[in-house]
Amino acid sequence: MATMVQAIRMALHVGESRLGVTDIFGEDVGPPLGGAFTATQNLDTAWNSPLDERGIVGVAIGLALAGAKPVCEIQFCDYAFNTIDLLKIAGNTHWACAGDWNVPLVMMTPVGAGIRGSIYHSHSFDAQATRIPGWKIVMPSNPLDAYGLMLSAIVDPNPVMFLKPKALLRVKAKAGERLPGEPDDDKLLAKMIDTPVSPAERAKWKPQWPELQEHYVPIGKAKVARPGSHVTVVTYGRNVPMALAAADELAAEGVDAEILDLRSLHPYDWDAIRESVKKTHRVLCVNEDTEVTNFGEHILRRVTEELFYELYAPPTLLAGAHVPGIGLADALEHASVPTKEKIRAAISELARHEP
Amino acid sequence: MTIGASTVKKQGPDARELAPELCVRLHDLMLRARLLEERLITMYRQGDGYFWIGGPGEEAFSVPLGLLVDKGQGIHHDYLHLHYRASGTLLALGADPVDSMRQMKNTATDPYSRGRNFASHYTARKWNVAPVSSPIEVQYSIAPGTAMAQRKPGCKGITVVTGGDAGTAEGDFATCLVWSSRKGSELPILIIVTNNQYGISTPYAGQHGEARISDRGKPFGMETATIDGNDVETAYHGVKRAIDYVRTERKPYLLEVMVSRLYGHSSASGANFVKDEDDCLARFERRLEERKILTRAVMDEQRAKITQEFLEASKRVREEPQPEPHQIWEHVFATKNLVGGEA
Repeated sequence: MATMVQAIRMALHVGESRLGVTDIFGEDVGPPLGGAFTATQNLDTAWNSPLDERGIVGVAIGLALAGAKPVCEIQFCDYAFNTIDLLKIAGNTHWACAGDWNVPLVMMTPVGAGIRGSIYHSHSFDAQATRIPGWKIVMPSNPLDAYGLMLSAIVDPNPVMFLKPKALLRVKAKAGERLPGEPDDDKLLAKMIDTPVSPAERAKWKPQWPELQEHYVPIGKAKVARPGSHVTVVTYGRNVPMALAAADELAAEGVDAEILDLRSLHPYDWDAIRESVKKTHRVLCVNEDTEVTNFGEHILRRVTEELFYELYAPPTLLAGAHVPGIGLADALEHASVPTKEKIRAAISELARHEP
Repeated sequence: MTIGASTVKKQGPDARELAPELCVRLHDLMLRARLLEERLITMYRQGDGYFWIGGPGEEAFSVPLGLLVDKGQGIHHDYLHLHYRASGTLLALGADPVDSMRQMKNTATDPYSRGRNFASHYTARKWNVAPVSSPIEVQYSIAPGTAMAQRKPGCKGITVVTGGDAGTAEGDFATCLVWSSRKGSELPILIIVTNNQYGISTPYAGQHGEARISDRGKPFGMETATIDGNDVETAYHGVKRAIDYVRTERKPYLLEVMVSRLYGHSSASGANFVKDEDDCLARFERRLEERKILTRAVMDEQRAKITQEFLEASKRVREEPQPEPHQIWEHVFATKNLVGGEA
């Protein structure tokens, strides 16, 4: 089974060979590195940009205006903060000029904690990203969705931000979640598309891309990652597998949690949230961005306003601590972001809450 | 330190006289651009608009630019990433001055933004005019993108970006220099800085140590020039020379154009006529009289006629519908890839 980073790379290969992607670029995106996480290895249209995030976003906008199809990368979202007014322009151009131009670009960036990244390689971006109207924002939790969301992002006529949960980039897909066309043998896949480490082997090596079929995950559609009846957990990215693991443990105690993988943060699948909450009457939002002015707060506000009389327990947010950074030491990182244990405790408390 | 337009000498090829027919055309467009800005300022004063910003004083540069670019849509024509002082360029491209009044009055009929944006925030995809946005200098980070798309073999289109002297303090200006001049990946881009010697209220010396902004292109190996943008003959030749270089060599060119700011920064600073600035239109009219191309009487008559025409147009615009509240939801997302050729 492919890892998420392999799935993204295969989606970009499909993008450049069949869907019109013209430029895949950013810091270390081209050869020799092929991306800090290898997501852009061996792609024909990948190139290295100057170490200039504003230039990366600006040039992506310009390429898009000129009819090209750029996929740009900000190496870590921690370095996207100085691009925010350019992100605003990408998001507001179509609206500001009343439909004269559109800006079809994809910006991808690794987000979140989980790799001991310390203060400047652990940021989340979902709260910032969802504050910029005009963008579509997606965040996969598994390789197959990463593949399908990237293809949807590439063909969308709008700017699409593809948030890569960095802790999941090297996690393999689960059984039954093979990409269409991916070989059955993991080792064979690695041999086909992963650049060899040794320089001698690398010199004579060429990628052999599998015969991949297109698979689109529609932007704006959530997925029920685990059906359940007692509590709805609305989450995305790295917290999905942790919520699933927590739910599996709680099942032994008779708590049946439904895990809703949002996949798209904007536009988000309100119908799916509403249906689930009307069934379980209890809702927990989980994400690891800092908790003040958090995207989960928006979801909970809407749940409270529109589904108030459906609720049997206070709608709850489990998010990152509102501290200036994620500390490097294990104890500091774990204390800053949701963990499986914290998710489990939050679900358990909600399930047992009596009005 | 002062860098007055008068310190930039008119010599060599810039001293060549323009043909009388071209002079008449340039004068008509410069006069229209000036009278349009003055009409927009009056509209603002009369309550027919909330804010004015524009380019009176830059016509001797902005009009030639509009006439000299290869106008059209797509990478085989020239892209324009303009700032908010470009009415002269738009009129020279063929824009209807009444549309500028519609944007001033934020009507539903405003073709540039349907009542959403300030005056002089133009856009015209049919002519490759990228949307003007209020933050200064961001266009200098975006412009290398269209220029990069124009590196295709056989492509003759170029990218032109304009902005002011004060904006060059932003990192986006450095971005433009760096991305345009990478060895082996040089971009066909004309980087223009109009130097009016002010950043809103801060004089040039308060924010620049460099003698010439155009000097900043030299370490990047760029062709550079500083020209007198108040002299239309100099500006015409200077812009043409720069465009021709970029089109032929497929390399960047940094052009600094010394201009005036005849009505201040914007309505926020009063939008009153500044008497001690060099007026490019008055200078050009004196020259037209000297060369016996147009008489004072003809030019006065023309001014009166256009003034009346714009006054009447502004009255009509006043009666045009305003946008409806529900229209805020229009164009949040595109449903078609217009720039990709979908209609």
